Amino acid sequence: MDIRFHELEADAAERDAVDSVLGPPVSAWAGGIRDIETEGHSATFGGHAARSQRDLLLPVLHAVQGRFGWLPPGALNYISRRLTVPPAEVFGVATFYHLFSLTPSPPGVIHVCDDIACRIKGAERLCSELEGISVPQFTWKRSPCLGLCERAPAVMVSQAGENPRLFSHGPVVATSEIVAAANSTNGKPEGLESLRRSVPQAGQEGLRLIRRIGRVQPDNLNAYQADGGYAALKKALEMGPEGVIREVLASNLVGRGGAAFPTGRKWEAVAKAAARPHYVVCNADESEPGTFKDRLLMEGDPFGVIEGITIAAYATASERGYFYVRGEYPLAAQRIGAAIEEARAAGLLGENIFGSGFAFDIELRRGAGAYICGEETALFNSIEGKRGEPRNKPPFPVHVGLFGKPTVINNVETLANIPLIIAEGGAAYAGVGTSGSSGPKLFCVSGHIVRPGLYEIPFGRTLRELIDMAGGVPGGKGIRAILLGGAAGMFIGPDKLDVPLTFEGTRAIGATLGSGVVMIFDETVDLADILTRVAAFFRDESCGQCVPCRVGTVRQEELLSRLRSGRTIGSRADELALLKEIGQAMRDASICGLGQTASNAIESAFSNLNPIPGGKNGA
Amino acid sequence: MSDPIWFTPPPRPSRPPEAPKKAEPKQVDIIIDGRPMQVPEAWTILEACRSIGVDTPTLCYLENLTPVNVCRICVVEIKGARTLAPACSRKVEPGMDIRTDSERVRLSRKMVLEFLGSSVDLSTAPQAQSYMNRYDAHPERYGPPAASTVAGERDAREPGHHHTPDGSHAATVHQPVKVDNDLYVRDYAKCILCYKCVEACGSDAQNTFAIAVAGRGFDARISTEANVPLPDSACVYCGNCIGVCPTGALMFKSEHEMREAGTWDESKQHKTDTICPYCGVGCTLTLHTQDNRIVKVTSPMDASVTHGHLCIKGRFGFEFAQNTAEPKD
Repeated sequence: MDIRFHELEADAAERDAVDSVLGPPVSAWAGGIRDIETEGHSATFGGHAARSQRDLLLPVLHAVQGRFGWLPPGALNYISRRLTVPPAEVFGVATFYHLFSLTPSPPGVIHVCDDIACRIKGAERLCSELEGISVPQFTWKRSPCLGLCERAPAVMVSQAGENPRLFSHGPVVATSEIVAAANSTNGKPEGLESLRRSVPQAGQEGLRLIRRIGRVQPDNLNAYQADGGYAALKKALEMGPEGVIREVLASNLVGRGGAAFPTGRKWEAVAKAAARPHYVVCNADESEPGTFKDRLLMEGDPFGVIEGITIAAYATASERGYFYVRGEYPLAAQRIGAAIEEARAAGLLGENIFGSGFAFDIELRRGAGAYICGEETALFNSIEGKRGEPRNKPPFPVHVGLFGKPTVINNVETLANIPLIIAEGGAAYAGVGTSGSSGPKLFCVSGHIVRPGLYEIPFGRTLRELIDMAGGVPGGKGIRAILLGGAAGMFIGPDKLDVPLTFEGTRAIGATLGSGVVMIFDETVDLADILTRVAAFFRDESCGQCVPCRVGTVRQEELLSRLRSGRTIGSRADELALLKEIGQAMRDASICGLGQTASNAIESAFSNLNPIPGGKNGA
Repeated sequence: MSDPIWFTPPPRPSRPPEAPKKAEPKQVDIIIDGRPMQVPEAWTILEACRSIGVDTPTLCYLENLTPVNVCRICVVEIKGARTLAPACSRKVEPGMDIRTDSERVRLSRKMVLEFLGSSVDLSTAPQAQSYMNRYDAHPERYGPPAASTVAGERDAREPGHHHTPDGSHAATVHQPVKVDNDLYVRDYAKCILCYKCVEACGSDAQNTFAIAVAGRGFDARISTEANVPLPDSACVYCGNCIGVCPTGALMFKSEHEMREAGTWDESKQHKTDTICPYCGVGCTLTLHTQDNRIVKVTSPMDASVTHGHLCIKGRFGFEFAQNTAEPKD
């Protein structure tokens, strides 16, 4: 490949930031200085060797963004040279993620979540206050859901420099808090106390998935092992890969990311795939508005997830795993990173785990602000250093996945279930919940609710029971609407409170459990405003690859604006019919799940809740 | 004494030996619009449709490029599938029951055309225009198109938050045309983001990688690195991106200027196939002439040497044939 580079050269600091990830360049091929004496005329490190590192593109961009607060063109040019990636493609990748900036900006950025959960808790007020003040060396930006809905309104603060800082903060009562947090030299330590605030059930008897959260130190392998940790992996190694898959199949476990695909069948397909190597990926790019369960699992019980992914690797004969954590989860990434290192040091990752001859290791990757990268094939592209655009399916990841190889990709919560299944047996696990939905399930309860947070209940309880557990609506107000399953889910009315929270139960009322979001809106909510934000979210987060989603999400948002302002084109009925057609085309013709579900919540609100009352005919 | 034994070679073959027979491609049974048929298993649905004369519209598909299935206009309905499938890239599978003209298919195709027609300038895309008529698309349903942005505004957009629209206009990609070199212009107000130019510039033809898709969502665009002008980029002016562009967003500067002046008239143009005079490769050139002057050069997609792709000399180096200026001494 003959690549032409810019003449813009990186300065010493920029090269240093890049080299901090890639190490110093070893040859002229990779941006170093040509030494004809040692290199001769053949490249010692060129061509394929350099190009095979393209998957380090995102980590390198993170390093540069973290050092300078933006991506200087000279640094991008140097990255192109080091990784032998054409400059136009590096630019294409860098401009894909909203946590990267291509223009010079202050080192500090306050990312203010103005998404639905924070919106009803005063995010707009925070934004307008921030508009009025200036914090030296800081700027602020609106952000899509930061996954801190139980602590709404929330912000994330990033500060570039030699030791870049990135931390979340919430709930924010006053802007002065943000300013103080931004200027403090060390972030607030997040201990068991803060976990217990987010998990109201913490420490209760009878919990399974979240039994350790808020009770056992999350950053301590010994504490994890003392609490029964890694017993499941040991047992799995005795059972053999087929035995593990048999138990997972028997458990009837289905994926907890939203699509509900049977996990055992996925594993079986990869285990049987002839192509090598196999990969296992943990999808921790949780970005569905209203969802924060994976974040709390990673922050509160990181070893549990790592044990799960290790068992998945053993069952599917994978030697390498990737843990892809969304860019807005600094604490989760830090805990998972530390846990991987600790497990490696203890011989629980690496060569010869538990002396069984089984070898497996995990690489941690951080997203950089793109909801679409939660789509499994987009996530693969993101890891590979390409734009996070979904691939067409088939072929499915179990046949052609990461780096084109058979890949198991599971959600964090799904993997957290694995040690349970191995420990208690697939059949016993299947006995929990209902016949159609087995096991315990995590729900992210937020919005107008007394005790927002993460709740674990067995499948089969009703929505009303869950809301009661969380203390009901504050002030004794009535419920206007409930968002089930996140922005890609459905709005239902208070008449549906007795729906059993199972896959089959929600399907029966035309809704979905999705990622386990239960967001409650009381009767004071401006539903039209919420819908507009949902529409804006999908427009912002569409990757732009396929026409139905790229333009459909824009047209959907414009149409909502027309309905709200009353300046419709044609009659209101025409507009509602057009909204349906836009939704149908996105659902039928989009490449991936984002476009296919981008109209769900909005259409369901119109069919169930009359969110934007019209003239005399109503909706 | 017996006769000596002479080795007699076999007679010279009158023609070169035949290549070993290729294995017969495995056939699969499928149904298209109720018509059962057998097709090779390596075929895509599009190939199967075209083999029986079912005209499936395409915009981002081209025979000489890898299908990217992004325009979604070729979608078809497969019985039992939750969503529609892109015919251009989806391989046939045994037992597939395919509908190419169902109500769902027609709706999706119509909406894709309306989405494009309401956001992109399709004035130089006759193919798309004819599809619009066929599927009864009405881009005006989305309101008056938004005015053009100033030069560079779209190129500077960052992903993430945008200003909420008031719904009075339909958002568009309209922007001024980019004229930064003597050979071709880039009019991204006409770009439907089919990825063809990126593919032709990349590993499907030229391996130059001067352009890529940048930005995200509705703000996604074709861009050089840091949006530098073409002369500062890696572009080698092979013009293969022009050759594959389905909407005239990429255009010979000569054509662009004639269109601006109102002198471009395809009814007065002739196409003449010839062989490129420059090197020994022997690329087929199609010279488009108007009033006996070459106005554009293409290459036939089915030419075995070029597959439709050329280099800067064949594509743009034709002025010597019509430069009538007196040589200077």
